[in-house]
Amino acid sequence: MTPSIADAIISCDNVTVNYGAFAAVRNIFLDIPRHKVTAFIGPSGCGKSTVLRCFNRMNDLIESFSMKGKVLFHGQDLYGPRVDPVEVRRRIGMVFQKPNPFPKTIYENIAFGARINGFKGDMDELVETSLRRAAVWDECKDKLQESGLSLSGGQQQRLCIARAIAVEPEVILMDEPCSALDPISTLKVEETLHALKKNFTIVIVTHNMQQAVRVSDMTAFYNAVDMEGSDGMVGYLAEYNETREIFNNPKSKDTEEYVTGRFG
Amino acid sequence: MTSNATNPMATTCYPPAASGLTYNPYAPRNVWNRAMNLLAALFATIAVLPLVVVTLYVLYKGGGAITPAIFTELPPAPGLSEPMGMGNAIIGTAMVTGGAALVAIPVGVGGGIYLAEVARKGWFAQSIRFGVNVLAGVPSIICGLFIYALVVNTRILWGESFSALAGSLALAVLMLPTIVKTTDEGLKLVPQELRMGALGIGASRFVTITRVVLPAAVSPIATGVVLGIARAAGETAPLIFTALFSPFWPDWASGWGLLAPTATLSVQIYNFGIMPFEPQVQLAWAASFILVVMILAANLLARWLAHFSAS
Ligand SMILES: Nc1ncnc2c1ncn2[C@@H]1O[C@H](COP(=O)(O)OP(=O)(O)OP(=O)(O)O)[C@@H](O)[C@H]1O
Ligand SMILES: [Mg+2]
Repeated sequence: MTPSIADAIISCDNVTVNYGAFAAVRNIFLDIPRHKVTAFIGPSGCGKSTVLRCFNRMNDLIESFSMKGKVLFHGQDLYGPRVDPVEVRRRIGMVFQKPNPFPKTIYENIAFGARINGFKGDMDELVETSLRRAAVWDECKDKLQESGLSLSGGQQQRLCIARAIAVEPEVILMDEPCSALDPISTLKVEETLHALKKNFTIVIVTHNMQQAVRVSDMTAFYNAVDMEGSDGMVGYLAEYNETREIFNNPKSKDTEEYVTGRFG
Repeated sequence: MTSNATNPMATTCYPPAASGLTYNPYAPRNVWNRAMNLLAALFATIAVLPLVVVTLYVLYKGGGAITPAIFTELPPAPGLSEPMGMGNAIIGTAMVTGGAALVAIPVGVGGGIYLAEVARKGWFAQSIRFGVNVLAGVPSIICGLFIYALVVNTRILWGESFSALAGSLALAVLMLPTIVKTTDEGLKLVPQELRMGALGIGASRFVTITRVVLPAAVSPIATGVVLGIARAAGETAPLIFTALFSPFWPDWASGWGLLAPTATLSVQIYNFGIMPFEPQVQLAWAASFILVVMILAANLLARWLAHFSAS
């Protein structure tokens, strides 16, 4: 079921995640290819965000979280005893489902991350290119000194994308980055993803099938089933393949029903 | 208006609408509504009335003594009516309260950060929170007694007994719970997404707390600090046991005035208010007025701080 990926940057080796006693996802085997865009699709609550957060140890903040199995980054166990989660997050950045700009100026929102990561170059230039890449420069250029919170929800989300791009991580994890965006800015962000692919690896969660088709090289379809001996639904990786294959030639019935919109 | 016969959706369970959409001032719900608004407004007025009355009455009784001299002169000796001042008590209150704030703010804000950001929900944090709540309810006189036993009686501070510093410590104990609690609560209001955002671009926990979370919570914290200070500034009981009183200017020679018994406005009210001398009683009223105004100003400052960082 899992395609063989030559150049994997992140790999999941039998990952199972629990929130307290509740099993969220189980037995994930997954290889994320380098310098490609990988899309996570699947019904709500099947654990896409959960798996994504495992990739940069963002789940560490959730008290009830526990994980079994291994997540490897360049072959190194991210959850090894001597790994510094701060270092992990510098290499693997994240854009969240809800826009969360810092309560600072727009300029500072970008500059803050760069500065704490030891950026030495021209800050004004970095701010401008990051905002341009996230397709929000035109709306921000005249109010760089205003609070990031003064932007609209969609603009805030693009500011958060710019903030993530600015620190140039190797991998950018995006959890439904376009769910609050209008179609035009969505297309702009998608263009950005295409451009970023040359230098970055991108994993994107999306509920928009067309978006998955447009931007991704690989697609992972997650699903949830009722498990025996567990309360509620448990997520699992149902099918993982090249996007073309997932959408035109899915192996499983569930995948086909989901991608064609006939899913319950 | 459509009749029931022509509207298939209409049921007979509701009375028919009386007069379209115009506001009917005599409808029972509207009459009731206005009556309740009036009642609520009345109670709200009664609630702030004491503040207005207290301020006016205090001004009426002590207003005669409010002259520039009050800031520059000492109180008169018993039986005399010159000079009419209490500069020593004003300076004393500023010194004692300021010292208390210098002790309580770092400890209180630090403790609040620890509770909200580090310990969060463990049993240790919960028991500290419980302890802080209990401390907030401890009568202020007991804080005074505690510092009296610990500091004054043992002469642990460079061999001195009653001192401004001891008074500061007693007031610091009083301020601490407010500051810890408002910091803790203020930090808890900061959305988790903001922390994740900072961590997600590779910020360490320290940078996340100091550069993102604390600035986001600065307004509730500052408000809590100012209110804590204002509350402590008016306390009398803990100071009677610690800073005591002095009819003279602070003794600058002994620890920049910090290690000698010191006059404060609240203790001056307590001491002078019951004296059988008219000038002293008037000074007590004047001190009351200054204290009320100081507390009012502190509250306005707190509101301004909250407003200032919200925008
Ligand atoms: N912080 C948490 N604490 C406890 N349970 C959680 C937490 N976050 C997620 N879960 C549970 O884990 C399961 C997977 O959630 P997750 O957020 O990963 O789903 P998702 O696929 O991202 O859904 P969506 O498409 O709606 O974002 C859900 O059943 C959810 O209730
Ligand atoms: Mg999600």
